[in-house]
Amino acid sequence: MIETDIIIIGAGPCGLFTVFEAGLLKLHCHLIDALPQAGGQLTEIYPKKPIYDIPGFPEVLAGDLVDELMKQAAPFKPGFSLGERAEMIEKTKDNQFIVTTNRGTAIKAHNIAIAGGLGCFEPRKPPVQNLEMYEDKGVEYIIRDPHFYRDKRVVISGGGDSALDWAVFLTENKIASEVHLVHRRVSFRGHPDSVQKVLDLAAAGRIQLITDAEVIGIEGDGKVEKLRIERQDKEPLLLECDHWVPLFGLSPKLGPIADWGLNIDKNAIVVDTFDYSTNIPGIYAIGDINTYPGKLKLILCGFHEATLMVQSAFKRIYPDKNLVLKYTTVNGVQGF
Amino acid sequence: MGMIKITVIDRQGAAHQLDAPTDMNMNMMELCKSYELPVEGTCGGMAMCASCHMYIESAHPLPEKSEDEENMLDQAFFVKLNSRLGCQLHLADDMEGLTVRLAEVGE
Repeated sequence: MIETDIIIIGAGPCGLFTVFEAGLLKLHCHLIDALPQAGGQLTEIYPKKPIYDIPGFPEVLAGDLVDELMKQAAPFKPGFSLGERAEMIEKTKDNQFIVTTNRGTAIKAHNIAIAGGLGCFEPRKPPVQNLEMYEDKGVEYIIRDPHFYRDKRVVISGGGDSALDWAVFLTENKIASEVHLVHRRVSFRGHPDSVQKVLDLAAAGRIQLITDAEVIGIEGDGKVEKLRIERQDKEPLLLECDHWVPLFGLSPKLGPIADWGLNIDKNAIVVDTFDYSTNIPGIYAIGDINTYPGKLKLILCGFHEATLMVQSAFKRIYPDKNLVLKYTTVNGVQGF
Repeated sequence: MGMIKITVIDRQGAAHQLDAPTDMNMNMMELCKSYELPVEGTCGGMAMCASCHMYIESAHPLPEKSEDEENMLDQAFFVKLNSRLGCQLHLADDMEGLTVRLAEVGE
């Protein structure tokens, strides 16, 4: 079991800056994030977009800000469980928490800081009836191991890079026995090279392109056997296959945190602005995921929240110690 | 001056007449949010989530979709020919009387 002082759920800008502020108080942190890399929305959604309201940075690219926050946190040697989703929480007899991830990693600490931003990024599910019934029974939203599809008839939906790249990969490497690519439009918005490859493979009869079309239904006894496909200006199609992989990007969901007994208002966690504590002592929420009167979802405000929050977290661990604010300019940064 | 009327039909079919300022650099997503209509605007207006997906139901000439908006609508569900992302529609005086309908939200 990993032991630390603060478990930070969410490795976005707010979570990363928490490591720094906690470090100044000699508190250790461990970050969990469902995404495989740190940075949250900034790296996942808009790494190349400029941000103009970080004090002292008239303009900074989101990805660059994350790099700098990682550098700032580095002296305090944070632990990372990336690509893992915080799933379960339990209280221990000694008034601490154990958070377990979906991969079974267990982390124990006095405090939890939920800096989950918009929530966990999960695959966007198409609105098809009985979809859930076929999940893992032929419907997969992510291709984890392409060899899973060996000699299978695979239908991929979507027009973006992941749909194109997987269609090409499963075809070129002769993994799947059939590859169909269903897309709502005739044009593809993926990388031009990938689009060209798909078109070439389609011309060679190796990828079956079904454009101006949408999967609208699944049929099968306990597993995917056929897909009903609606086509513009054409007869609907009943396509026999073994797998359907809808690739429509990711969207954020609050996820398991919603079931932790926290006060939640409109998908955000209600906090006390004194120290950004939730209704459960020892659990704090900072950044975009919290709400309070006057809340603004700004990175800048999240940094402030993180700074005040760690003071309260310190008090929970060391109730008898007095904290004196020390300026980094005077003291420097004493890493671990 | 600087104020137009916009009608937003919610997912239950109720029409809301909104006073929309055109001098505050607001878009349709923000307008709906400011009236607490059920529009999430998750990505904050970067055309990256489609949670402000709406259908244009009046014949107003609107600016062409940008590449970003096209790309996002490409991944959204319940898309029709009159689909737009509210966050990409900046309120302007020539939108007086515009009528939109909020699109269904998927999971």
